Amino acid sequence: MKISVADVEHAASLARLELTSEEKELFAGQIGAILDYVEKLKELDTEGIVPTSHAVPMENAFREDIVQPSIGVARSLANAPEREGSFFAVPKVIE
Amino acid sequence: MNIFDMTIHALHAALKGKRVSSVEATTAMLERISSVEPQVGSFITVTPEQALAAAAAADQRIARGDCDLLTGIPLAIKDIFLTEGVRTTCGSRILDNFIPPYSATSWEMLRGCGAVLLGKLNQDEFAMGSSNESSAYGTTRNPWNTDYIPGGSSGGSAAAVAASEAVATLGTDTGGSIRQPASHCGCVGLKPTYGRVSRYGVIAYASSLDQVGPLTRDVADCATMLGAIAGHDHKDSTSVDTPVPDYSSSLTHGVKGLKIGLPKEYFISGLDADVQVAMDAAIETYRRLGAEFVDVSLPHTDYAVATYYLIATAEASSNLARYDGVRFGHRAEAEGLLEMYTKSRSEGFGVEVKRRIMLGTYALSSGYYDAYYVKAQKVRTLIMNDFTTAFADVDVMLTPVAPTAAFKIGEKVNDPLQMYLSDIFTIPVNLAGTCAMSLPAGFSAAGLPIGLQLIGKPFGEETILQAGYAFEQATEWHTRKATI
Repeated sequence: MKISVADVEHAASLARLELTSEEKELFAGQIGAILDYVEKLKELDTEGIVPTSHAVPMENAFREDIVQPSIGVARSLANAPEREGSFFAVPKVIE
Repeated sequence: MNIFDMTIHALHAALKGKRVSSVEATTAMLERISSVEPQVGSFITVTPEQALAAAAAADQRIARGDCDLLTGIPLAIKDIFLTEGVRTTCGSRILDNFIPPYSATSWEMLRGCGAVLLGKLNQDEFAMGSSNESSAYGTTRNPWNTDYIPGGSSGGSAAAVAASEAVATLGTDTGGSIRQPASHCGCVGLKPTYGRVSRYGVIAYASSLDQVGPLTRDVADCATMLGAIAGHDHKDSTSVDTPVPDYSSSLTHGVKGLKIGLPKEYFISGLDADVQVAMDAAIETYRRLGAEFVDVSLPHTDYAVATYYLIATAEASSNLARYDGVRFGHRAEAEGLLEMYTKSRSEGFGVEVKRRIMLGTYALSSGYYDAYYVKAQKVRTLIMNDFTTAFADVDVMLTPVAPTAAFKIGEKVNDPLQMYLSDIFTIPVNLAGTCAMSLPAGFSAAGLPIGLQLIGKPFGEETILQAGYAFEQATEWHTRKATI
């Protein structure tokens, strides 16, 4: 399947990735080759087959709603690249 | 015997008999790590101070007469497991400075037994790879021949066992990432049934396929490690609440009358001659031990790799959206929020991770979702049904782990599709969600290990461990050591 550089750019923007022009060319070729390979799934008639999203059959996993200790604000923020008080700081979102 | 070459069981006996202390054993392992790491590169982070402190605590515990099989045993774990206070990178630059605030349940369980953590093991970045070449921290080398890959993605976990840098290790397996490196490095590796072991605190790659498991020197150690980490965890809602059998006590049951299936799709003409020889010899060994062989078919085997690379990459593209530079990990300098996300991710991720995120994003994007992702989920159902049908007639299945022994470093790095196809015999087990084990079964002409795969029914770990133990008792492959 032919994947254009524009297709690659579209997927990259959805994935929040910025690719170099070399990476775009590389991925267009490689993803195209992989998609050619996965075309073989079309050989199979899957009409009426239920899709599997999870290998072990299970319903919702319920538990009692009991308050448990949590890791707390200080440890939650310990890896923050930038913080302000008890918040994660990010570049300005609203002008 | 060198302390660093001991199994869990041998070292446990020495610790319990006060012939060696955990501090002495841990010191011996740390010295071994210093001497072979320049050649092997199994570790991303070694933690000598914490290890010796944990060993001293274990010695006190042993002195009190409280000596579990794992008390005082020096282990190492893949850098995908969160370890409170110990840097956890998952093989990626994006987590280069990440110090987790809590630990993975599987590691907590081992720690609770008194196990000692030597450090965090090298791996493919975010567990995406079959050769350890995608790690941002250098390629781990195969201890049997350092020109060759150790396998991946738990390449450091397998190489550390093979090079005697840890008594046993933990890895994770999404498409073969425990079994394939175990096979390539000549150790035992087990991927449990999906849900058998908690995934809490394990950095997610493809959540419907990821599973935690041990890599060890022999099957008895494998049973001990699995018994220690298996069980329901209320922090992982996909972990299953079924009783954990005593895997160790039933190891010696033997294989007389055991029905072993040979799936014809796994014994194809393209199979490497050395691998074929090893499989034929293994079949002969099992016949001699009284097992019966039955020809079975897994007709959708040929579609498994395509199915896997759509489902796994789709799940990965979603799971890896969390690396945005906001709460942890690498943050790039940027003017606005969108630019910060994009720059942080583009600078932090390596090329294989980007390739898989791109493929997954494409497969999930508008207009392709049904054609790729849903189609793959439907074929996954067909693959699962293959296993259910085959297991109606047999107790276990025997196959190769990989079509060839380890390949050379650099050999497949520019051809991702060829790299993906090297996982053809391990991927179907993850899609079906069942359990399988790799164990040493021979050597190639080049002197590299070849592994045998035993596939069990869902929650049939006990049976494959018994079958593996019987094979190990009848052969000497697992006793050979890499000369490094």
